[in-house]
Parts: sequence; structure tokens; C-alpha cells
Amino acid sequence: MTATQSVAAIGRRVLPGGNTLTVGIVILAAWVLVALLCPWIAPFDPISQDADATLLPPNPAHPFGTDNFGRDILSRVMWGTRIDLQICFIGVAFPFVLGTIVGAVSGYVGGALDTLLMRLIDIVLAFPFLVLMLAIIAILGPGISSFYIAMAMVGWVSYARLVRSQVLSLKHRDFILAARSLGYSHGRILFFHLLPNALASSIVFAMSDCVLVLLSGASVSYLGLGVQPPVAEWGVMVAEGQGFITTAWWITTFPGLAIVALAMGFSFLADGLGDKLGARP
Amino acid sequence: MTLLRVSDLTIQDRLGTALVDGVSLSVDRGEILGLVGESGSGKTLACRAMMRLLPGEGLTIRGGEIRLNGADVLTYGEKQMMAVRGREIGMIFQNPASHLNPVMTIGRQIAEGRRRHFGASRREARQHAIELLRQVGIPDPASRVDNYPHEFSGGMRQRAMIAVALACEPKLLIADEPTTALDVTVQMQVLHLLRDLRDRLGLAVILITHDLGVVAQTCDRIAVMYAGRLCETGGKREVLGAPLHPYTRGLIECQPSSDGGAGRMITIQGQPPLAQRFPAGCRFHPRCGSATAECASVQPEMRVEPGADSHAAACHHAASVVNRGMVHGH
Amino acid sequence: MHRYRFVLWRPFQLLPVLFGISVLVFVMVRSIPGDPARILLGVRSTPQAIARIRAQYGLDEPLWLQYFYFVRNLLQGEMGKSIIYRVDTLKLIDSRIQPTIFLVLGSVLLAVLIAVPLATGAARYRGRLADHAIRLISTIGLGLPAFWLGIMVILLFSISLHWFPVSGYGSDWAERLHHLFLPCLTVALALSAVLTRNLRASLLMELQNDYVTAARARGLSENHIFWRHVMPNSLIPTINLLAVNIGWLIGGTVVIESVFAIPGLGQLLVKAIISRDYMVVQGVVLVFALATVAVNLLADLLTVALDPRVKL
Repeated sequence: MTATQSVAAIGRRVLPGGNTLTVGIVILAAWVLVALLCPWIAPFDPISQDADATLLPPNPAHPFGTDNFGRDILSRVMWGTRIDLQICFIGVAFPFVLGTIVGAVSGYVGGALDTLLMRLIDIVLAFPFLVLMLAIIAILGPGISSFYIAMAMVGWVSYARLVRSQVLSLKHRDFILAARSLGYSHGRILFFHLLPNALASSIVFAMSDCVLVLLSGASVSYLGLGVQPPVAEWGVMVAEGQGFITTAWWITTFPGLAIVALAMGFSFLADGLGDKLGARP
Repeated sequence: MTLLRVSDLTIQDRLGTALVDGVSLSVDRGEILGLVGESGSGKTLACRAMMRLLPGEGLTIRGGEIRLNGADVLTYGEKQMMAVRGREIGMIFQNPASHLNPVMTIGRQIAEGRRRHFGASRREARQHAIELLRQVGIPDPASRVDNYPHEFSGGMRQRAMIAVALACEPKLLIADEPTTALDVTVQMQVLHLLRDLRDRLGLAVILITHDLGVVAQTCDRIAVMYAGRLCETGGKREVLGAPLHPYTRGLIECQPSSDGGAGRMITIQGQPPLAQRFPAGCRFHPRCGSATAECASVQPEMRVEPGADSHAAACHHAASVVNRGMVHGH
Repeated sequence: MHRYRFVLWRPFQLLPVLFGISVLVFVMVRSIPGDPARILLGVRSTPQAIARIRAQYGLDEPLWLQYFYFVRNLLQGEMGKSIIYRVDTLKLIDSRIQPTIFLVLGSVLLAVLIAVPLATGAARYRGRLADHAIRLISTIGLGLPAFWLGIMVILLFSISLHWFPVSGYGSDWAERLHHLFLPCLTVALALSAVLTRNLRASLLMELQNDYVTAARARGLSENHIFWRHVMPNSLIPTINLLAVNIGWLIGGTVVIESVFAIPGLGQLLVKAIISRDYMVVQGVVLVFALATVAVNLLADLLTVALDPRVKL
């Protein structure tokens, strides 16, 4: 076996297409652990300032360096995990629930309601995703709760379309007709028979949507419209460090890498789950 | 004169199962050979091997020779093979709709090969494409040449695909179930076209089919395959009139009779075996009415019927079958 | 014949969506709590100005009539005055739109230049090391935050290598090209991740098709088959993918304009949100939505031109 062949063989195991699901789960589990344990494992307080230790490059005491207020970057990155994981979770959960209900009802009921909801979705999709979100945040005023509301108002359309198409394709299958002939109510059929079967692809989509939500949340915070300083959120940290980019590269670099690493966890999980469930949204 | 001679061709899959096992065939110039068998009998695979275009991964040619004009194409490199494909051997397929590129005009798909193999200019190739469409019986070829495949009807698409295959004047045309997807009347037209091309161009044709009716109408000689092996070869009249192999006899009997007389359809019992479960001995023996212990253990060789110069079968009881066939005939 | 009719009719089919967009934008600004006149004019507005805007937008009339005035003003080319810049929003947009257009076009161009070779390599060497590497890189690429990537690109190309300016736009064409390269590259890197993944998938799907076997049976070379048969068939879904992603792309430029301090629409939008300049927010959001609809229309028409099978 040549060197390239053995590298390729290792690649098949580790890289996408191989054991992607495991890699994704390991990465995410590591982040969740960091989020849970940060009060104990973070070497410094994420917010307290130290005037004697400003803009220190990475060193043994501060492995990721310090920022212009003397705050330890490593500790801030660790504490930021809590906020950014929360962004992913809440930012996906609201659209998921809202979109699933709308899509399921729309597909099951059909008719004028379906047409109307589909038109509404067309209109929402006509707006650039981030722009519509920023517009909603503009109305509500900057802040992380505005971001969550905006995310729910814009993000539900993808789930609604996905679930609707699944429900439409399942609606006329035999087991649904059987349930109907047994006299079950529409609500029971929809939520206990149809939805569980329709959910697989939207769960896979939700995993990859976590990446989009994470990037959106960090971007909005970077622009100063989401999470507000001095809270340690990765997007905020990148924004804070940008002014010192010529002298202190570490302030922006490490929070960004954290975003990339968390996003990779979700991407791998989505890829692996998609392969496993055979559901590619 | 023999154009193509396949001897002892064996094709294995990744597990080492011989999907095509020791098959020998030959086609003369101007001859139509019917290659008959159920799906999975290896007939398509054997013909793909002649083009060195085995479908799917893991399939390999394990032995034998494929001599085209005397030269073994199995020794050819990829470059030499590309000069054979299209130029020496043309191929048409069962489903013309999927085998034609949907976003390229018919004319350009015909012209492509001409330009590649003959170095024809764009204009020459286009003129030639129009001429070919005329030859295969497309009305108004000068305007049809710029149509896309979806603008043709099913029968016209098959004619167009024949034109694509004929663009480089191959000596041999492999037709893989060319009429299966077509209406009966259109089937007749396409088969007529194939015979007509044979007469006019001296084209040799291997017609792959599971339909003995098609064979009876079109072919000069017949080769019957079952589970990757050849069962019987010979002239059309001999094989259809006095089949030596029980499988061939079964195939003939389960054709719906054209005069509608009997009203009873005899079928062969059971299913053809899957590739991984080919039985030992004669692969047909579990379904054969006249099988004996010998059939289950010893693989029968192809034996030429005494008195007939080319009628051969791979059956231990070929002679008795003939006798029974004759009794049947009384 | 049908084709031409489609080209003429398609824009009319978009009227309901355009209507919906205008309603949504209208409702958005009206849903801010407080006196709309004060909201639109800012806190330090004179009574005269308030009276004028009440008349212009019919703010004392019922809501549907207000919507009518809103649309009428729009059609007359008035989007309302910016409270910060003291000019009509439309003028403001007109002066800021050029960098954004070039940023979007440049990003798409660069993304295609990056994605086509990568997807080609991955598809043709499927399952080999190159394929795995390209898939891994594009998976990571999906998770790259554009704003951070932009700063990293600045760090490398501007600060370490001094090849490109750190930020800004420039006054003549050569300078603008020089300034826009890094922002375009940043957006393109993120976009090409999506493009590469999808183009690879559709190339692999096309390679399985029967017409590829048929083309091989004609003795055509693998190169010829790939570029003349497989690629044209794969590009049709890719064009639609680009169109679907235009909204995402515009979102990316909004962020990137802030990173590189490019005086475009995105930066205008962000500044307007922070300074509560709602007329400008409304105008820019509307323009971005219209641009998205227009690009999708263009993609529809392009698909019709490229794909002879489309049933109209």
C-alpha cells in the first residue's frame, strides 16, 4: 500500500462519507462539556479587567493572549460557548416548532389555507434572509431577544416547506388511509401518525440549520445588533478585536476559530445523520 | 466471413462469481445474431464486454478472447478501444429517452462522433447527420436535425439513436433490447429498419432480446443464454424448429402463440437463480423436467448436434430432448 | 413561440410577490410603537415637518389608504427623507448602490472560478484523496463566518503581505478593483463552499446517467463527455442554486461591507438601523428584496434559454 493510498484509507474513515456522524457528535460533546464546565476550567473571569495585562500575546499564563482591557481570551472563548450554543438551540428551536406546525397544517388541510400560506412563504423568501432579520431587529431594537424573534419570524419558512412536502407525500399512503378509516380525528392523524414520519428530513435540516443560525447570530452580534458587550460572545469578541488587528491578531483569531469548530461539529452531524437516515433535505 | 469471434468469455464480479461464464459467439458480416435470455442471464454484460464498457464497479473480464477482424480487443489500450467504440462497433439501447443527452440537439449528437472519428468539419458533419436521419426514416430531416430528444416521439428517438450509432459507419451494431420500450407497430418499423440497414450496408447486428417473436422475425442465427452460460446456438430455423436444450424449448413454449390456437400458456417453473446462488452442474437443472443426477454435478459442454454443421447445445440429454421434440411434432 | 410568451409573462406572474413585499415593508415600519410621523422624522422634528409628512403619507387616513399613499410615493420615486443625511432615500441608495453591485458580481464570478475546478476534480476523482480533501474543505467552508474570514484575509494579504488595501473603496476604476478584490474573495470563499458541494453532487448524478454510457459507446473521450455532456446538464441546477443563494449572498455583502468599510447599501443599512433612520432602512430593505426577485427572474429566464426540456 502506497503512502497516498493509506492516507486515502484513513481519509475515508475520518472525512465526510466515513464516520462523519461520530466525528460530529465528538466535536459537539466537547463543546457542550466546555459550556458546562467553564466556571471551573476557565483560568480567569471572562469580564473582569486587568489594567496590568492588556494586549498580551499568547503566553503560558494566557494561552490565547489578552485583549485591550486585559481580559483573558481563552476564558472569554470558553464562556462564549454558553452564549453561542444557546443561540444555536433557541435560534433553531423556535423556527423548527413554528415551521413544523405551519407546514403540517398547511399540507394536511390544503385548499385556500395552503395556497395562502405558500404565498406568504414566497414573500418571506423574496427577502434576503439576513436583511429581513436585520429589518425586524431594527424595529424591535438591538439585542439578543430581538435576534431570536427575528430568527423565528424568518426561519420558519424552510421548515414549513420541508414538512409540508413530506406531509403531502405521506397523506395518501395506506397507513394514513387506514388510520382515517378507523375514525381517528384529524388532529390525532396529523400529529401522531403523519408528523413522526415527516420529521426525519427536517431534523437533519435543523442540524445543518444550526450552522446558519450560529453564523447569523455571530454576524448580527458582530454588527452590534445582537448580543451586547461586555458579554463574551464570539461575534462580539471578533468585533472588539478588529480595531487591534494590526497589533494583536489573537483577539479576533481565536473566537473566530471557535465559531468554525462549533459549526464543523454541526455540519458533520448533519451530514452523518443525513446519510444514516437517508434523508437529505 | 467472421467479423467478431468471442471465445470463452468470462466476466466476474467483485466476489468472484462468474456472471458470464465461458461464452463463445461469432457474428459474420451482414448477419443478424439474436442473443436471447431472461434479464440477468448475462447477455447485456457479454455485449458490453465487447465494447470494454462494463457497467458498475468491480466487474472484470477474467478470461477469453474477443477477436474483431482477427485482433483481440481485450489486449487493446484505452486509446485503441476509443477508436473501436463507435467506429467499429456501434451500440443502441433499450431506452432511447435516457440514452440521448436531453440538452443537446439530435444533430449535434450524431455529428459528434463523425467529427471525432473522421475529423469532419462542423458543416460536413451536420450534412451527414441530415443524410443519416433521412436513411433511418425521419421525415423532414433538415429541420428535425436541430430538434432536442424530447421533441421526438419514442419510435423516432430510437431511429435517431440508430442514426447516432451509425454516424461512424461501424461494421457491427449491438442492439440492446431496441424495441422493448416501443409500441408493437413501431417495433415492427424499427426491426424492419435494422434488416434494411443490414441489407444495404452489409452491417452485422447482435440483437439482444428476451422476445423470441422478435428473433423469429429478424435474425439469421440465435444464441440462447441462461444464468451466464450459453445453452444453445444455431441457425434460426434449427433452433426454433428443433430446439436441443430444454430451456430453449421452454422459452418457445411460453411464447403466446400467434395464431391464438392453444389458449394455454406453458411457463417454465421457478425463477432464474441469483448470481450468488448459481447451482452446480447445469445451471438450469433445478427447473428442468428431464434433469438427472448427472445434471446436478457435471457441467455440460457445448456439443454440436451430429448432422447439423452449427447447431450446438450444452445439455447432457440433448438427443433425448430432440426425440421428444420430434414426438411432440407428430 | 411558447418561449417568448413565457419571457413576457413571467414578470407579471411576480406581481403578487411584489405586492406582498411592499405590504410587508409597509407594515414593518408601521408596526414600530409610537407616532409614525415622529418615528419617520426622528425625535428632533419640527411641527411643520410632522404636518407635512402626515399629509404626504396620509397618516391620519385609514391604513389601506396609507398603504396606497406609500405605493404612490414609491412609484413617483420618493422613498422619504433620511433623518441623518437629509436627502431622499432613493438618492442615497443611488449613490451607494454601485459598490454593492460590483461586490455581488465579483463574488459570484470568483466563487464560480473557485467552485467549478474543485467540483470537477472531486467528481472526476470520486472516492480518492482529492475528493475527500475537497469535501472536507467545503464542509469547513460552510461554517466560516464571513466577517471573521474577512478579517483573517486582511491580516494575511493586507497587513502581512501588503498586497491589498485594508479597507475603503477608492476613486478610480483601478483603485476600486484593488479595493474590492479582498471583499469579493471573502464572500466568494464562503459561497464557493456551497457551490462546490452542490455542483459535485449534481455532476456525480449526471455521470450516472445513461447518455454518458451511450457517449462512451461512441468512442468519445472522457474529457469531451465531461465538458460537453455532463457539465452543461449540471450547470442548469447550479444556476438555480446561485439564484436561491442570492439572498444569502446579499446578506453576506451587508456584513462584508461593514468589515471592509465599503460605502455600499449594506453598510448604509447597518448604520441606518443603529441610528434609527427608518426611511433608509425601509428603502434599502425594499431595494434588496426587489434585487432578489429580479435575480430569480433572471435565473428563470436563463433556465428556459439553457434547458430545452422546460415545460412552459
